[in-house]
Amino acid sequence: MSKTLAIYLMSGPNTPDLAEAAVEGGADLVELGFPFSDPLADGPVVRRAAERALAEGMRTKACLDCLAAVRERVEVPLVPMTYSSLLEAYGWERFAEDARAAGAASLIVADLPAGERPGLRRIQLVAPTSTDERLRIAAAATDGWLYLVTVTGTTGARAGLSSSLAQLAERARAVAPGVELYAGFGISTPADARAAAALTDGVVVGSRALEVAEDGPSALRDYVASLRDALDQGT
Amino acid sequence: MTETYGAYGGRYVPETLIPALDELTAAWEEALADESFRAELDELARDYAGRPTPLTRAERFAPDKRLYLKREDLLHTGAHKLNNALGQAVLARRLGKQRIVAETGAGQHGVATATVCARFGFDCVVYMGAEDMRRQKPNVERMGLLGAEVRPVEFGTKTLKEATSESIRDWITNVETTHYLIGSCVGPAPYPAIVRELQAVIGRESRAQILEAEGRLPEAVVACVGGGSNAIGMFAGFIEDAEVEIVGVEAAGAASLGTGRAGVLHGSRSSVLADEDGQIADAHSISAGLDYPGVGPEHAYLRDTGRARYVGTTDDEALAAFRRLTRTEGIIPALEPAHALARVDELDAELILLCLSGRGDKDLAEVLARPE
Repeated sequence: MSKTLAIYLMSGPNTPDLAEAAVEGGADLVELGFPFSDPLADGPVVRRAAERALAEGMRTKACLDCLAAVRERVEVPLVPMTYSSLLEAYGWERFAEDARAAGAASLIVADLPAGERPGLRRIQLVAPTSTDERLRIAAAATDGWLYLVTVTGTTGARAGLSSSLAQLAERARAVAPGVELYAGFGISTPADARAAAALTDGVVVGSRALEVAEDGPSALRDYVASLRDALDQGT
Repeated sequence: MTETYGAYGGRYVPETLIPALDELTAAWEEALADESFRAELDELARDYAGRPTPLTRAERFAPDKRLYLKREDLLHTGAHKLNNALGQAVLARRLGKQRIVAETGAGQHGVATATVCARFGFDCVVYMGAEDMRRQKPNVERMGLLGAEVRPVEFGTKTLKEATSESIRDWITNVETTHYLIGSCVGPAPYPAIVRELQAVIGRESRAQILEAEGRLPEAVVACVGGGSNAIGMFAGFIEDAEVEIVGVEAAGAASLGTGRAGVLHGSRSSVLADEDGQIADAHSISAGLDYPGVGPEHAYLRDTGRARYVGTTDDEALAAFRRLTRTEGIIPALEPAHALARVDELDAELILLCLSGRGDKDLAEVLARPE
């Protein structure tokens, strides 16, 4: 089965063009960052992208409009990724409803671990530090697939794939057979992507995609295509 | 749900930290039930930190009142922050952690953390906003002498908010070897409860001392509130005494309780300075220790229930109170408790207890740069 390739983009005026390019390059899913002023889970690349987006006025309403604009351009599932503070201000349920109405397939809240706000359906994240019990709770609550954080750390490119992923994927498979597992955080090269996909059902590429996207849609299309090729060769 | 203080508190952090928070909760509960933990803390407080700190009557500062100052400025390292740092260091040793990471605003918590790391032999990294490093230079130098590595935070507001975010990011990355020694009653559960308990010694001592001095409880208890740890420690001794008025004093430009809204910052739901979209706003205060857009969740709860009230003091009022205490009592206060001192005259109370949370040596440059 073909592995899923998810690409993270920050909401902004150019995002519909970029999302279209990513899908042309072979992305199966687009994560859409809703920027927050104090993103605890993010390393410098996403943090700086969030600062720029906020300076461009990308507040929650503008991000929802951006989501709807992307929805008109591409067919793949779209998943907003954001932080609790935005949902607290907007209204937790209202945010989920309005995101869905704008075309979101689900959502990810980076600082809302499984167990908090159980009423909010979302894609849950698990990490190398998660106990088997935490994996079980997250897998039972997750909306669709389970997001495996490959590293003990924040988002951003690393040299090589984290050695923690193999064990995490194995433990997640054992407690949650049948749940799709996508690996993210720290994956930046085609080789990383292929290695991570060999252990899971898909990969998420964020920080490196943001950096490439600064050079425009065509550069992003080529980069995503290189990831796509690596994944397809691996299967 | 782990919200502890009404609708406030919780653990709004990435999943990576949850097992460490569970482990910390278990170690804390075990320590509280362990008499040797309490005995070690008491011994450190007495023989190393200099507890109990005295209560001083400030007769010339407030001739129309009976104002008592709880002298946390006389504690080792010059502020109440050491109470918490010592307790968490003992806890970190119980957890088997060798590396400590901390944030600091005014530098007082950074100095306290660097101090206990020297005392316990831990590696120590302190994150501090570049703007705060400029205005609190002596504390940066003290931390260096104590063997800590001070890492400047150069983005955003370059103050305590970003320093806290960077500390949490470091902890996420090094959680297996590192204890995050948070400096105030903020952050994800169980931190607000741990810091409150470790600072509650201020309220316990004060209560006994004022009963000894006056034979009655104070009419009002006052403390400055940034994150709110000296205040919660002082208030803890009087919350059950319904007849005692409890007053927290914020910097007017950083009034998370006075002008904030419910929000999520640094791992807990509390009252924060944020815009209508939930983006955290910049705080502004002459006092680096109060220059923070969040506050401990228990303070938000005490405000909502009406048990405590919170008022604001401007930079100029704090400076005037700083100079007045210096000239009338021969005590140079930190700018943070100077905010509380500024509100004493207008309190409808005669017998007042105020937490003088730290000494003002660190603030001399800031004060001298603003001529009277």
